[in-house]
Amino acid sequence: MTTSPPQLAPQDTGRVTGTGAAHTSLKSFLGDWAKRARSGESGVLPVVAGLVLIVIVFQVQSPVFLSAGNLTNLLVQGAVFVLLGMAEVFVLLLGEIDLSIGYLAGIGAVVTGALLAYPYQAPWWVAIAAGLVVTSALGALQGTLITRLGLPSFVVTLSGLLGFEGLMILMIDNSGSASGGTIRITDNVVNDLVNGNLSPLAGWLALAAVLVVYGAVNLLASRRRRASGLVAVPPSVAIAKVAVTAAAGVVLVWICNTNRGALVPLRGVPWVVPIVLGVFVAWTALLGRTRFGRYIYAIGGNAEAARRAGVNLTRVRTLAFTLSGLTSGAAGVIYASRLGSISVNIDGGTLVLYAVAAAVIGGTSLFGGRGKVLHAVLGGLVIAAIYNGMGLLGMGAAVQYMVTALVLLAAVTVDAVARRNRRAA
Amino acid sequence: MAVIDQGHRPSAPQPPAGDGPFLSLRGVSKSFGAVQALSEVDLDLPAGQVTALMGDNGAGKSTLVKVISGIFGPDQGKMRWGGSEVQLRSPKEATRLGIATVYQDLALCDNLDIVQNMFLGREAVRRRLLDEGSMESQARTTLADLSVTTVRSIRQPVASLSGGQRQAVAVARAVMGKAKLVMLDEPTAALGVSQTAMVLDLISRLASSGIAVLVISHNLNDVLKVADRVAILYLGRMAAAGPISEFDTQKIVQFITSGTAADRVHPRPGAAGGGTQGAQEL
Ligand SMILES: Nc1ncnc2c1ncn2[C@@H]1O[C@H](COP(=O)(O)OP(=O)(O)O)[C@@H](O)[C@H]1O
Ligand SMILES: [Mg+2]
Repeated sequence: MTTSPPQLAPQDTGRVTGTGAAHTSLKSFLGDWAKRARSGESGVLPVVAGLVLIVIVFQVQSPVFLSAGNLTNLLVQGAVFVLLGMAEVFVLLLGEIDLSIGYLAGIGAVVTGALLAYPYQAPWWVAIAAGLVVTSALGALQGTLITRLGLPSFVVTLSGLLGFEGLMILMIDNSGSASGGTIRITDNVVNDLVNGNLSPLAGWLALAAVLVVYGAVNLLASRRRRASGLVAVPPSVAIAKVAVTAAAGVVLVWICNTNRGALVPLRGVPWVVPIVLGVFVAWTALLGRTRFGRYIYAIGGNAEAARRAGVNLTRVRTLAFTLSGLTSGAAGVIYASRLGSISVNIDGGTLVLYAVAAAVIGGTSLFGGRGKVLHAVLGGLVIAAIYNGMGLLGMGAAVQYMVTALVLLAAVTVDAVARRNRRAA
Repeated sequence: MAVIDQGHRPSAPQPPAGDGPFLSLRGVSKSFGAVQALSEVDLDLPAGQVTALMGDNGAGKSTLVKVISGIFGPDQGKMRWGGSEVQLRSPKEATRLGIATVYQDLALCDNLDIVQNMFLGREAVRRRLLDEGSMESQARTTLADLSVTTVRSIRQPVASLSGGQRQAVAVARAVMGKAKLVMLDEPTAALGVSQTAMVLDLISRLASSGIAVLVISHNLNDVLKVADRVAILYLGRMAAAGPISEFDTQKIVQFITSGTAADRVHPRPGAAGGGTQGAQEL
């Protein structure tokens, strides 16, 4: 071809902003934040504010609410909600739901408990690993039915809710070590997951290590991004984030290290806190820093776009249900550790509702594509606070259920309104 | 910082002289059962030029695009790509050759930001973790090359973009690989006046960077503004094709509606690449 390409008159008429605006100032950051807030991307501030409000209300009503003993208890209670909420986040991000995770947790606990007890008496790590493998496999099975047969996740996991309760009861009845429908956890390590504490010094050292890593990752990464001209949060915001996290960590360890024993001194951060933190960090990295995580968000946002981009929808979806199973297995082990036993009375139906509530209250959308593991942590704490505070006030399960329902309704309303704003925008 | 200079233009590699159209189809037919969607279609898409594909509903435009992008195998016919004969058996093969398609629905994920959308399915990873830095700089370079300068931040979710900006992101995503042919299905159908101007601008810039561009459009104004060549399908036949200088509005409308024009255009031999002056005037 000999003709040169058409030379059209330059039409760049001075729109010189935009793609180069890497140096975000605090002012424009706040402006962006306000804009995002209206479309439901406000981050965690609303739920944190809600949590503070709940704490104030209960503290006014019952002065022991903020005591070291009760707060530690609240953390321990919250651990199960938080872990189950994390399990639910994986599937909610896809725009699916998993109703089975409460009884999956039960199955994880039963497998672990039965293997620890007579006649197997397996080492604690074998028992826990086996529990997690079983719940992962059941999650994978549900994921396979949903993806390969194209069945709705609601129906498949509703069957799971029923079927896994049956399976769990069957396993307890046949376990040989059960009496009265209960398997006692005899292993010290497993019991100490929740009931054991780090020594006060170890608590401070662990906190220091976590904060150093967190601060370095945050501040250095944001500086590096700014230096190479990438979009980064303003230094003030990055520093504020690290400072708030550090303050929260110090308060947490300080409370846990305060003596809460009645007769003998009892102090230290319960082991379950670093365990939940570890799961949180791992799942946050998986969702935020890997291709798999990116594809979960993409599928939740626009499955057809993801498919055309070459994403293997079947694989990603099945894996998400598997991880949901794995995480609920972990929640089950923690549940059994707290009670020192696992019985047919575990209410997996209520637990799964709390799990969905935790994720949604924290800010994860029921419509898919929007959410974070952090939301399960914050939402789980909100639920634990309500549960715990109402218990202190002597309110029964009836009021507790209704208050949780109202909080969940409020969170879902916020989610739906934000979604409508996004549509209109 | 990638602040874009006034009048910055992407470096426009001159198409190598003498190797003819980048993509050429000869005698391509495709039928769905009894429906002959394409019959004996010839089409040349020269590098560095915008070809407008027009035709009434059901004329076969989308089918033709799908054949070129490897979604449908043609029943018969030959396809030459950069001088050598090719057979496209899958969209992947087409992508590998450098054929990119921007579908009308764009297929963007609203919840992901611009960079994430541009790299969806081909993320850069380092030690198994996403390499956001390199993706962001590459995305910024691509957008700057296309002079897409109106977005506030390339880290904003696509949901917050205007229709024209979304189209630009989809185009940027399509060309970011190393596209040599970009096909756009109705890129301005859903856009207002200024957004349309922006997208048409983008389309001409694509072509002037040496890419062959095929645009499906129903909008005559748009076509006359941006196209170097026109190809008009009528009931699956190529009713007319040639440099835009040989067409006027009335003729185009006649070809679209009846498949013929009172004064039938016969593309003059040797005029294949000569339609550019016409585009300037229009
Ligand atoms: N997948 C398909 N199966 C059956 N018929 C089809 C299919 N795709 C297109 N057609 C038919 O082929 C003809 C051309 O369609 P199409 O290429 O979509 O036209 P256009 O995009 O120009 O409106 C129409 O008659 C249409 O009904
Ligand atoms: Mg069509």
